[in-house]
Amino acid sequence: MEQPVRADHAGSLTLRPGRGATRARAARRPRIGKALAPYLLSLPAGLWLLVLFLVPLLVMLSLSLQTCNYGTGACVMTWHWGEFWQQVSLYHAQLLTSFYFAGAATIIDLVVSFPIAYWIAFHGGRRKNFFLLMLLVPFFVSFVIRTVVWEFILSDQGIILGGLKHAHLLPQSFHVLATGYAVVAGLAYNYLPFTALPLYVAIERIDRRVLDAAYDLYASRREAFTKVILPLTVPGLFAAFLLTFIPALGDYVNQQILGGTNDTMIGTVIQNAFLTYFDYAGGSALSAVLMAIALIGIFAYARLLGSRTIEEYL
Amino acid sequence: MTETHTARAAAAGEAGPDAALPAIELAGVAKEFHSGGEVVTAVRDMDLAIREGEFFSLLGPSGCGKTTTMRMIAGFEEPTRGLIRLHGRDVTGTPPNKRDVNMVFQSYALFPHMTVFENVAFGLRRRQVPRNEITRRVGEMLEIVDLSGRERRRPRELSGGQQQRVALARALVNRPRALLLDEPLGALDLKLRQAMQVELKRIQREVGITFVYVTHDQGEALTMSDRIAVMNDGVIEQLGLPREIYEHPATRFVAGFIGTSNLLTGTVTRLAGELAVIEVSEAEQILVPVRGLRVGPGSPLELTVRPEKIDLATRRPADGACALRGTVTEVVYLGTSTSFAVTTTTGAEMVVFRQNSALAGDLAGRGDEVWLSWQPQHSYPIG
Ligand SMILES: Nc1ncnc2c1ncn2[C@@H]1O[C@H](COP(=O)(O)OP(=O)(O)O)[C@@H](O)[C@H]1O
Ligand SMILES: [Mg+2]
Repeated sequence: MEQPVRADHAGSLTLRPGRGATRARAARRPRIGKALAPYLLSLPAGLWLLVLFLVPLLVMLSLSLQTCNYGTGACVMTWHWGEFWQQVSLYHAQLLTSFYFAGAATIIDLVVSFPIAYWIAFHGGRRKNFFLLMLLVPFFVSFVIRTVVWEFILSDQGIILGGLKHAHLLPQSFHVLATGYAVVAGLAYNYLPFTALPLYVAIERIDRRVLDAAYDLYASRREAFTKVILPLTVPGLFAAFLLTFIPALGDYVNQQILGGTNDTMIGTVIQNAFLTYFDYAGGSALSAVLMAIALIGIFAYARLLGSRTIEEYL
Repeated sequence: MTETHTARAAAAGEAGPDAALPAIELAGVAKEFHSGGEVVTAVRDMDLAIREGEFFSLLGPSGCGKTTTMRMIAGFEEPTRGLIRLHGRDVTGTPPNKRDVNMVFQSYALFPHMTVFENVAFGLRRRQVPRNEITRRVGEMLEIVDLSGRERRRPRELSGGQQQRVALARALVNRPRALLLDEPLGALDLKLRQAMQVELKRIQREVGITFVYVTHDQGEALTMSDRIAVMNDGVIEQLGLPREIYEHPATRFVAGFIGTSNLLTGTVTRLAGELAVIEVSEAEQILVPVRGLRVGPGSPLELTVRPEKIDLATRRPADGACALRGTVTEVVYLGTSTSFAVTTTTGAEMVVFRQNSALAGDLAGRGDEVWLSWQPQHSYPIG
């Protein structure tokens, strides 16, 4: 280290060590930059996650252990671990309803969007992008408005039920609105693209020649589907499941607009806890429980069904 | 094995009385694709009979319709016109899973989610072959393609050559009556490709079934095939033994596509028995056997001569063979041989290959005046 410094001071007199040293230093600087580049590049995303995801998560977890004054909304940390259990025992019915509705909607979405995604991927030809756009067009309209339109569609004297009742195909007392069916229908409708798009990507990626090979090796259409297409779509199915089920689980709009009073979902409970009763501790505790259950479920699911194939393809 | 031998005998010579039904027969087959309002004709009126047990190659440049032909035989595409018979049975409308031919795909198309064993067993499982028989046959097949011990691997854990052999095993294990191979070695590097060429020939001899082999590599087709069909732009330009195709190219295209060929054009001066004589100058002439061709004095004639059939000398050869005079414009040393580019006095560009031997020494250098000569039987008129 000493020599280069001296060489620098000596200027052009000491040629070799000086040059060598400056060159080495010049070379080291970009190398440090290179090593830092990935971190620098991921900094915005990292900050984003930190500020908008990790911090709120920690705030939420800490809130669930605090005790709040309903009047002022002021909270103090009391390490009240009992909060979680208390909330679960109070709202286990709504938790179950949520899993039940979100699960039903997800299954419907998977069943409905598989043929759509399959058709677009394999038979969409040059208009693939157009069909995908058509799939998304309804979703350019606000979430709430879409759901309100469903309220119109499903209402007792609306275009569908009204017509069927008028034609005496349904009894006058029949209704869908304010039942779990309406909520599931709304959820399924609103989250369809979250199922269809990952499925489309997975099916689109299947090499057509692999399918040809299956037919060549005596597979019937059905066997080609069950032995080749379906296994190759597993990662897509898993992604579609997660992207649909998780947001549907916490959804509170569909239930409030389309549902009745005895099928409240946990999203509504949490929303009320925060916005109506200012029970920040309770709302946070419920959110944490919901998240924990969903995470445990996903890991179990991945281990049981998907992990092997998912690791293999992703 | 006897079946193979008879088939071979039949393939080598004229079809004898024991040449049974062709394994694969195409009669007036054409295929048109409609893409974006445009009609693309991939195959035009193709007639073809591939014999039982032969190693048959479809050779042609990229885009000439080889894959389309194979896909029609396998059943992935229906011909627009004409019909295809497999062992005498019309297979129009028969789906691929009901045809007893199997295909080795250009890019292998292995099932990525299955192990090597599962890949090879796929066809047998679809046909409800008993479990222990599957294990036995897959084991045997993996032995043949030298992949024993790799049953549990997945395709992406294998090298290109190994994947290729899995693809081969996966098709062959079903004992199809014919195997269709679409440029199976195209993705391999040269050394591996040459090794696999030998391997494929060995396997074909061992299993004794008809191989239809698609390639754009003329060397591959020439070394491996019993017979070759040279395709261009959806038609078969020539069908014959490798030697015939190489030495007697029937069309200008074949002459140009297979190896290096000298293409000459001239006007017939006179006929001498079964030879047409093209007199270039007093000392220079080309003799062409024209038996069966309708040519007379004054008619134009196109012919080819293979570069290795031509002699190069500094003096005019004594015998009355074909002889042309020219100037050497390029000499390229190729190891075992040397390639000379010669411009003749008539302006034709010709290529000559001469073996390098210690005795020969340097035949000629750039700028030298030389005489090119060859025997009349090496001039091939192009129809
Ligand atoms: N499905 C298809 N749709 C439209 N054109 C096609 C289709 N398949 C092949 N072709 C056209 O047919 C011609 C022959 O193709 P192909 O049989 O794949 O040639 P090769 O295998 O000899 O390279 C090409 O011009 C190709 O563009
Ligand atoms: Mg091809």
